Order: sequence, then C-alpha cells, then structure tokens
Amino acid sequence: MFMQQLANGVMLGSTYALVAIGYTLIFGVLRLLHLAHGEVFMVGAFAGLQVVLLWHFGPLLALIGGLLGAAVVGVVIELVAFRPIRRRGNSHLAPIVSTIGAGLVLQEVMTKIFGAEQTAFPSNLQKQVYNLGVVAVTGSQLFILVTAAASMLILHQFVTRTRYGMAMRAAAENIQVASLLGINVDSVVLVTFAAASALAGIAGVLVGLNFNAISPFMGFDMGIKGMAVMVIGGLGSIYGAMAGGMVLGIAEVLSVAYLDSSLRDAFAFGLMILILIIRPQGLFRTGIGPER
Amino acid sequence: MLGSYWESVTIFMGINCLMAVSLYIPMSAGLISLGQGGFMAIGAYLCAVLTKADVPFLPALAAGGCAAAIAGAVVGTPALRIRGIYVMILTLGFGEIVRVFFANFEPTGGASGMGGIRPLTTLWQVVAADGLALLLLWRIRHVRFGRAMIAIHEDDLAAETMGINLTRTKLLSFSLGALIAGIAGGFYAHQALFIDANQFDFSRSAIVFLYVILGGVANPFGPFVGAAIVTLLPEMLRFVQDWRMTVFGIALMVMAIWRPDGLLPAPRLRQR
Amino acid sequence: MTPILRVADVSRRFGGYLALKNVSCEIAPGHIHALIGPNGAGKTTLFNIISGTLRPTAGRIVFEDEDYAGRRPDTISVMGIARNFQQVRLVRGLSIVENVMIGCHARIERGMLGNLAAFFGAGGAEAAARSKARDMLDFVGLSHKLQTRPDELTLADQRRLEIARALASEPRLLLLDEPAAGMNPAELVEITALLRKIKSYGVTTLLVEHHMQLIMSIADSITVLSAGSVIADGPPSAIQHDPEVIAAYLGQSDEPALDP
Repeated sequence: MFMQQLANGVMLGSTYALVAIGYTLIFGVLRLLHLAHGEVFMVGAFAGLQVVLLWHFGPLLALIGGLLGAAVVGVVIELVAFRPIRRRGNSHLAPIVSTIGAGLVLQEVMTKIFGAEQTAFPSNLQKQVYNLGVVAVTGSQLFILVTAAASMLILHQFVTRTRYGMAMRAAAENIQVASLLGINVDSVVLVTFAAASALAGIAGVLVGLNFNAISPFMGFDMGIKGMAVMVIGGLGSIYGAMAGGMVLGIAEVLSVAYLDSSLRDAFAFGLMILILIIRPQGLFRTGIGPER
Repeated sequence: MLGSYWESVTIFMGINCLMAVSLYIPMSAGLISLGQGGFMAIGAYLCAVLTKADVPFLPALAAGGCAAAIAGAVVGTPALRIRGIYVMILTLGFGEIVRVFFANFEPTGGASGMGGIRPLTTLWQVVAADGLALLLLWRIRHVRFGRAMIAIHEDDLAAETMGINLTRTKLLSFSLGALIAGIAGGFYAHQALFIDANQFDFSRSAIVFLYVILGGVANPFGPFVGAAIVTLLPEMLRFVQDWRMTVFGIALMVMAIWRPDGLLPAPRLRQR
Repeated sequence: MTPILRVADVSRRFGGYLALKNVSCEIAPGHIHALIGPNGAGKTTLFNIISGTLRPTAGRIVFEDEDYAGRRPDTISVMGIARNFQQVRLVRGLSIVENVMIGCHARIERGMLGNLAAFFGAGGAEAAARSKARDMLDFVGLSHKLQTRPDELTLADQRRLEIARALASEPRLLLLDEPAAGMNPAELVEITALLRKIKSYGVTTLLVEHHMQLIMSIADSITVLSAGSVIADGPPSAIQHDPEVIAAYLGQSDEPALDP
C-alpha cells in the first residue's frame, strides 16, 4: 500500500518537476520569476485537448500539440512581456508586473473561450492496469512516467551536450559575460523560454490525461506549486527542480492517504516555508542563494 | 447623498484604497508582497466573527487589524534576510495557505463561506480611514521610520551602515501594511455581508498590486489614484466589466514597459 | 596613548585567494591616518573589514577596547564609527537634508509618543535631528544648496553630502574611502580644508586615498599595504623615503611620484 502511494507520488511529482524545471530554466538565465508560467502549462493542456477533440488523435499527438501550443505561447510572452523590458534597462519591478499581467490575460481569455468549468479530457489510456510487482499502475500513469522521464532526459542532453544548451548555461552563469563572449543572448533567451514552455505544455497534457479534466484555473495552482518546488529544490538548479518535484508529489499523495486530504494544497507552501527557514538555498546548492 | 448603488461603489473604492496603501507601505521598503489578500481575509473573518458575538464595530475592526499585523510579523520574519524574489513567493504562498485554511475551516463556514454579516460599514467610516491613511503616507518621511524605509529600498547596505536596523524597519513596514489590510478586510466583510475564502485569493492580491503599480510607487497619492481608476473603470465601461482581468492584465503589461513606476511621479521635494 | 582603533593580525581569504595576511596597525585618536598602497594591495578589503561590511577570516579589530569583528553594520554605527562609500550612495528619493537626517537615525529617540508627535510636525527629537542635519550641511559647506536634489549635485558636492551624513551620526572614527577621487584641483583644496576641519573637532579619520599630495600634506600617520601585507607604517616623512614603499609603487608606472 505504501509502495503504491509512493508510486502515485512519483507520477504526480514528475508533473510538478516538469513545470518547476521550466521556472528554474528561466530564472537561471534571466534571474526573473516567470509568473505566467502556470498559465502556459494550462494553455498546453488545452492545446493538447484541441488536438484530441478536433482530430481524434491519440495521446502522443496530444502531447506534441500541447508542447507546441505552450512553446508558441511562451515565446510570445517572451517577446511581448519580457524583451521590451530587457531593452529598457533595469527596473526590477517591471518584469514582475508584466508577467502577472500576462498571466491574468491568459487565464481570462482561456476562460472566455473554453468556459470556467472543467472540461473533460478524453483518453483511452486510463483503462489498462498494469501490475509491476507490488505496485499497480494505470496506462496513463505509466505514460506520464515514461514521458516525464524522456522529457527530462532530453532536456539533460540538450543542456549538457548541445551548443544551445551550453550557451544557456553560460548565460545562466553570467549574462553579461556571455554576451561579451559572442553568445546571442536574445536567441538564448528565446530558446530557454521555448524549452521551459514546452515542458510545461507536456506537463499540462499529462495532467489532463491523468485526471481526465482540465480547467482554465489549473494554471494558478500548478504555477505556485511549481514555484514552491523551485524554492525547495534551489533556485536555478534543474536537478533540484526534479528532486523537489518528486518530494512534493510524494508528500502530497502521502498527506492525502494518511492525513486530512484538505491539507493537501497547503503542503507545497508548508514545505517551502520550512525550507526557507532551515535551508534557504534549497536542497541543491546552486550558487544563487537567497541571501543578499 | 449619493444613490445607494454609487454609495456602495464608493465604499468599495475606499476599501480598495486602503488595500493599496497596505501594499504601498512594505513596497516603500522594497518588500513586494503578493499576499495582501491573506491579511485582508484574516481581518475580515475575525472582525465578522466578533461582531456576530456582539462586539462593537470599532474594537472588532481593531482586533482584525491586530491579528493581521501579527500574521504580518510572522510572515515577515523569514522575509528579512532573503532576496526580493523569495519574498514574493513567500507571500504568494502565505496568501494561498490562508485561502486553503478558510476554505476548510468549518467554524467560519468553510467552503460555503460566512453570511449574515451585519451591515456596519458606512461611507464616512471608510472616508475617515482613507483620510488617516493618506495623512500617514504624506507625513511618513517626517518620521525616521519613513526615511529609513526609503533608504532601505534604494540601498539597504548603505542604510544599515548608517545605523538603520534593517530587521526592525522591514518587520514594522510589513506589519503595518498587514494591519491596514486587516482593517480593510473588516470594512469589506461588513459591506459585502457575505465572505468566502475565494474572495481573498491571488486575484485579489494581484489587483491590489495593480492599484499600486498604476498609481505610482513613490507618490503618496499613488495608491488612491490607482485604486480609484481600477475600481471605477469597470463601472464606466461595460467592456471593461466583462473583460476585467484581461484589461487589467494588459494594463499591467503596458505599465511595465512604459512606466513601471506608475502614473504619478515621485513628488518634488520641498526643503525647509 | 591607547589607539582608538587596533587591527590585530587580520587575515581575509576569498575562496582560495588570501587578500590580507596578518595585517596589524593602530590608529591614534585625533589623527588623520591614511591607508595607501598600489592597486590590488588589499586596501579596500581592509577598509571594509574595519567598517564592518566584511568579516575577517582571522584576527581582531578593536575599537576603543571593544572587539567588534562580525557585528552588524548598524550596531557598529551606533558604536561611533561612520563611513562613506567610494561610489556615492545617496538616497535619491529623499531631500539633501533628509539624507543627512538618516545619519542621525540612531541618535533620534525612539519612543512612540515622540514618533507620534513628530508625525504631526511637533516633537523635539525630529526638529533636533533636522537642525543637526542643517548644521552638518553648513559644516561641509552645502547650506546654499538645500533645494537641490541629491542627484543634481556635482560629484564633489555629493561627496560632501555623504560626509555630512556620516558626521551626523556623531562618530568618533570617520572612515573615508577615496573621498577625493575624481576631483579637480580646486575641489581638492576644499576637501583638504574640510578634512582638517573635521580633525579640529576631534574626530579621528581613516583615509584610503590615491592622491599623494593630499595624503602627504594632511596625514599624521600612514600605513602602506602591498599584496596583502603591511610594508610600512609611520609618519609621512618616514614613508616618503622608505625604499620598500618606493619599490612597491614603482611596479606601477601610472602611480604618481611619492614626492608631492
């Protein structure tokens, strides 16, 4: 039973991890909090839904639809909400203002298009149950695990092996030096946003597939949990985001199983606050500490 | 005096002005809170519970404010030695915790909310509160606390070197903001007559943030101007009414690019 | 005579780099004490340790018999040490007088009643602080510029404003980090006069500077740092002719000659 809960927690945790990685990628390169990232996740879910509804395609293509839809929206946000501000110089307030605004717009527009209620996300993955030893997982949970793992692996390869990935890491170290070294910072930022948003889009479709329902308000919940995971794992650390996501997923599932289920949502913040008090730099040291 | 619909709108506008002031104060010290809704909720619920127990309005308001102020001190403490971004996330999380709490706390109605609140808020009370708030902001630089906040905001290293105790000043500004938000919450509860946790969620905190950003982050009239515009605009324009969040969101994005410090500039400093 | 400040075997490491090695020196009360050395010698590091902005990795710093290493900057200010900043750090959102009043911050009584009274324009403590601020501005020669915004002042005036602010906290030790940097000859004369004036009021000054003429004409004692260690310590006459000091400076062709 406990192992089952752990497995469920890992499934849930991987979706958190995917979103948190996006936050941390953007924070790593720009030192900014992308407060509309949760809405990008939500748009990805709806984009995937459209693929399924309009073309009756299966989960894999839904994933691609979600990924692309989210990536496009993410890039648009970069161009409209971040880039003009970076051009203008340094108000530390401006990016926050801008992203909150973008998030509000996205949420309301999606609400107007799709309605404020939950929309069903049809899928025939759910039905099959596989027994792996002690643990029983449904088809959709397996799909989540495989997709999340594959995404993180691809991301890892991208960041460590490709030129763009290395440029991203250089920019994350020190953006001014990176640009002096000839790295096109604008492209790097664009690619970072695209990657982060794509991951969020994938997470959106995965969540839709697993829970069979999505709503325009799911972005906010996932958004703040993603931020909490980022803090728990350590700002700027991709592995921290992965680990933090797992920790949160497992904690939430266990809390529903063994404690009062109404506390579940508060768990993310409780954990986050705990980390801020005991170990503010997060579980993984990255060098971007919280202390001034 | 005003028709009762406009009287109600004005009261809500006054309450929104108070909320804007509640954020303006910690922001003057460089602390950006995205959780003022949480403090408002604490003040609203406590005040409503007290008036239902026949406690007179003013002491109930004060109690709500104080509870919020204590929460402010508690939330502010981890926020002291950490960077701005963490403060935002922390306060966001706090706002959510408060929302989840009240959504599940049966004695105050849980998810169904709390109704039957006595209509104790009057226009004059709110106007008086706003007047006091304006006075506070106007005169704040005449008290060393006010100057300390401004100094910390611009350069906290230099401020500390000159003898300003960062901890004390930041905590005080955070608690003061929370106190005002709590009182605004009390006014709100006794005007709306029904409250539930969702009325104090992140949208609330985000809109309060908009009030301050729009009006001007360095001008004592800023919060009032911002709150007035945002409250009245949907009343004037049907289109805005239907697409409130989109309009506000676009407003935020435009402000961020064009005038991140708000409409009203910092006032010209007179010297005596 | 007990020194007002004693640096005892201070070392400071930044990761693998040892910036200061067993540095010791003393500052006599009432002196103008200069800290000089070629670029990279560790002057700024030592200055920051003395001002409390940085902690020493080893060693002690003692102000009037009190070891204050590791204390918070605001408590150090209360102890009686004040400093300026090389890149002027004024508060643009406050007026000139208010900027100086920040310096009085710790000295203004705090009580609730006092604050409340100040709020409404009455109240002695606030008025006293304002009057003190104006006195300090007068002292440094800025009385005629009260209406100007801080960022509209010339660099020399901004430096003076910072000094006024530092003096407002009634320090017994004033730490000045390159107060004369970027000044033209006329401004140099004025700042020299100001430093002498400060000394005549009994305030001890520690000065980090590159302007040799200024140093030689005004310092009572000089400590010379090179590559993290003290290579000479004494009155200007001794330093001027010290071969080690000359050698340290000759390594840098753009340093001015030691003879003023």
